[in-house]
Amino acid sequence: MDANTEIAPTALAEPAPVPEPPALAATGLGKRYGSVVALEGVSLTVAPGELVGLVGANGAGKSTLVKIACGLVRPTAGTVTICGAPAASREARRQLGYLAELFRFPGWSTASEILALHQRLAGSSGGQSERDELLELVGLSDVAGRRVEGMSKGMQQRLGIAQALVGEPKLLLLDEPTSALDPAGRRAIRALLLELRDRGIAVLINSHLLGELERVCDRVAILAHGKVVADGRPHELTQSGGVEIQTGTGTRRFPDAGREDIPRIVAGLVADGVDIYEVSVVRSTLEDAYLQVVGPE
Amino acid sequence: MTATLIIARHVLQESVRRRVFAVVLLLTVLFLALFVLASVKAFGAPSQFQIGPQNLIGPTQLTAATSVTLLSLGAFASLFLATVLAVFLTLGAIRGDAERGLLQPLVVRPLGRRELLLGRFAGAAAVCIVYIVGLYAAVLLIVHQTGGHWPDHIVGPGLALVAAITILVAMSLLGSVFLSATANGIAMFMLYGAGLVAGLLASIGATLGTQTVLTIAHDIEIALPFEGFYSAALHALGSNQTGFARVIVNIGPFGSSNAGSTAFDFWGVFYLAVIAVVATVGFERRDL
Repeated sequence: MDANTEIAPTALAEPAPVPEPPALAATGLGKRYGSVVALEGVSLTVAPGELVGLVGANGAGKSTLVKIACGLVRPTAGTVTICGAPAASREARRQLGYLAELFRFPGWSTASEILALHQRLAGSSGGQSERDELLELVGLSDVAGRRVEGMSKGMQQRLGIAQALVGEPKLLLLDEPTSALDPAGRRAIRALLLELRDRGIAVLINSHLLGELERVCDRVAILAHGKVVADGRPHELTQSGGVEIQTGTGTRRFPDAGREDIPRIVAGLVADGVDIYEVSVVRSTLEDAYLQVVGPE
Repeated sequence: MTATLIIARHVLQESVRRRVFAVVLLLTVLFLALFVLASVKAFGAPSQFQIGPQNLIGPTQLTAATSVTLLSLGAFASLFLATVLAVFLTLGAIRGDAERGLLQPLVVRPLGRRELLLGRFAGAAAVCIVYIVGLYAAVLLIVHQTGGHWPDHIVGPGLALVAAITILVAMSLLGSVFLSATANGIAMFMLYGAGLVAGLLASIGATLGTQTVLTIAHDIEIALPFEGFYSAALHALGSNQTGFARVIVNIGPFGSSNAGSTAFDFWGVFYLAVIAVVATVGFERRDL
């Protein structure tokens, strides 16, 4: 090559960054327990930093899906990867934190000791500062030295969440994390989930509390009879129910109208001399969407 | 620190801090107190233990026979109490803990199930070995202090008891992979009882010279080698007995004609290896 030959600009450019693999990618996942089909052809992706809700009736396969992702249950078909590593591999388990639906910690150990044990197992070098931060995050700083047997169920649940966060996981799998919490505890967990998302931690959360999922999740997947029957952003899953206007003579409904129709409708009513007190856009809830897809069962 | 050692340390902490350990310690103190009392009484009036005509056993032999009986009783109690501890430490280690939700948070961490199993075994075995060695040493000291007698073999029987309890820990851990905690506990004590019956059969067969009974006892000892090691310990403790005193010891509940062998030691090691493989494969295939 001639020394004066110009090198093409593309050759000098830095290589394009390798796209980060999904935090969780399930493809064609199946699980059978004898003749019972728990999962069939489930494909689901959780992007890095995404907060995804998983809903479904009891026995729909939600916990089975999460357990396969954790390596607790072996699939009979399909694959799951965690941050690009096959589920159940050590590399995959280094990337995840897990809170089981039914879990317990040894009653004889303290909150701090449990976190220390999980730090050692996860290879975390966070030490005391990580334990303090996690206990602070879940509101258990005051009971770090208390034995688990002396804690309420709600406190144990929060300790479980702290345990799942040991080692700064990239993916958090939470199976019914708010089931034992009072309303204040649930609100705290919602705030925590949003903070985790801000930190770039992907979360897959199982819950029957659809209202909570609707508030915090980027995306919701609905499972029924072992299959994903709906998957989308909460506002995509819910439907417009029209516009409701409170007038001096009662409530008027415009079922086919949307948000963009409100100025026109209001102007028409005012022109007709109607007093208007309140205008609202009606949307179906995630619960409505869920019942529509799954049925009352 | 490797994952196995982390789990073993966790098991050690659990062993010491659970209430069951306090109960075992209390029972141990109670047993040792009763054993001191029995030893003082036995050596204080050895003639009360005379069996048969006075001239068959001399006073020295009688004292030695009394010592051997007490030592054997101590070995039996040591193994029994250590077995209780071993079973309670391991009966629910896998399936039981999985059913209670204790296991899942640990298994999802980046450690292999094999390491978790090995860690649980190492922790439980360490506790039980320290316990049985301590109890055996206490029994030796009590008999020496009250009767002035040391057995001819001290280390050999101790090692045999260690081998026996190690096998029992492994068996209980294996059972915990497949059985619920309650079923495993019941199964372990039934197997322990079957082993003791085999030992009694062997004593009877040897005394009466009945080959069929000896064969049955031998087959059970192969299947449950903890009994083989236990009876080898009893045999070594009574090996200095001669004449009619030896007959008395042998036909008693703590008699043993099993001198143990290197081949049986190897069988014990092989048996542990088979348990390790079966338990690991069973655990790795289990959905939690």
